[in-house]
Amino acid sequence: MIDSIINYSSIASLILGILFILIGSIGILRLPDVFSRIHASGMIDTAGTAFIILGMCLQSGISLITAKLIFIGIFIFFTSPITGHVTANLARKKGLKPITNNKGKTL
Amino acid sequence: MINFKSIILFFLLLGFWLLMSGHYSILITSLGIISCALCVYLTIKANILDNEMLPLYFFPRLLQYTLWLIKEILISNIETAKVILFKTEDPELFTVKSSQASNEGKVTYANSITLTPGTVTTQINENVFEVHALTKSFGDDVRSSQMDKMVSWLEKGK
Repeated sequence: MIDSIINYSSIASLILGILFILIGSIGILRLPDVFSRIHASGMIDTAGTAFIILGMCLQSGISLITAKLIFIGIFIFFTSPITGHVTANLARKKGLKPITNNKGKTL
Repeated sequence: MINFKSIILFFLLLGFWLLMSGHYSILITSLGIISCALCVYLTIKANILDNEMLPLYFFPRLLQYTLWLIKEILISNIETAKVILFKTEDPELFTVKSSQASNEGKVTYANSITLTPGTVTTQINENVFEVHALTKSFGDDVRSSQMDKMVSWLEKGK
C-alpha cells in the first residue's frame, strides 16, 4: 500500500520534472535574446532538477544514495545562479542591449 | 596549533567523507582519515580558520528563509512556464536598491533574485542592482522589495 503510494508519487514527480525541462528547452529556443533565454535555463536548473532529484530520492528510499542526491541538489541550488549571473553580466559588459519595451530610457 | 574549531572541522570533513564514500574497509577509511587531517593541517597553515567558519547563530532564520525562497521559486517557475507557453513575454531592464550592510547579504540577495526564474541580476554597483525581468509583473515583484526585506531580516539574525 505505502510502497505503491511512494512509487506513484515518485513517478508523478519525475513527470513534473520532465515537463519543466521540456518547457524550459522550448523557452531557450523560442525567446528573443540572451537575457530572456537565461530565465528559461534558470527554470530547468531549479524546478526541473529539483523535481527529478525528489523523484529519484523517493525511488531509492532511505539510503546513502538519497543523501548523495540531496547533496547534488544543494550544489546545483548554489551554483546555478552564479552561471546565470556571469552570462548576463558578460553580455552587458560586451555591450549587448536587451530587447525591452521601455524605449528611450538609458541605463 | 590544534584548537576546538580545527577539531570540529576535522569531524565535519570526516562525516562528509564517510557519506560520500560508502566503502568502510580499514584501508580506505584510514586513507580518508589521513586526507581529512591533511586538509585541517593546510587550513591551519593557510590561516583561514576564523569566526565565519561555522555561523551557527543564524541557522534558524536561514532555514525559514530557505523554505520561503523555495515557495517563491515554485510560484515563479509556474509563471515562467506560462509566459513561455502563451508567448506573453515583455522584457524590461531596471535598477533596484538593496538595503543590506554586508557583502554577504548583497551576494545572498543578488543570488536569490537570479535563482527565481523570470528575474536575473545583470550588474551590481555598490548597493544598486541592475535587474532583467521577463515580464512586467516579475519586475513588480522585485520592485516591491519583499525579498530585500527578507534578506535584511536574515542578515540581522546575529
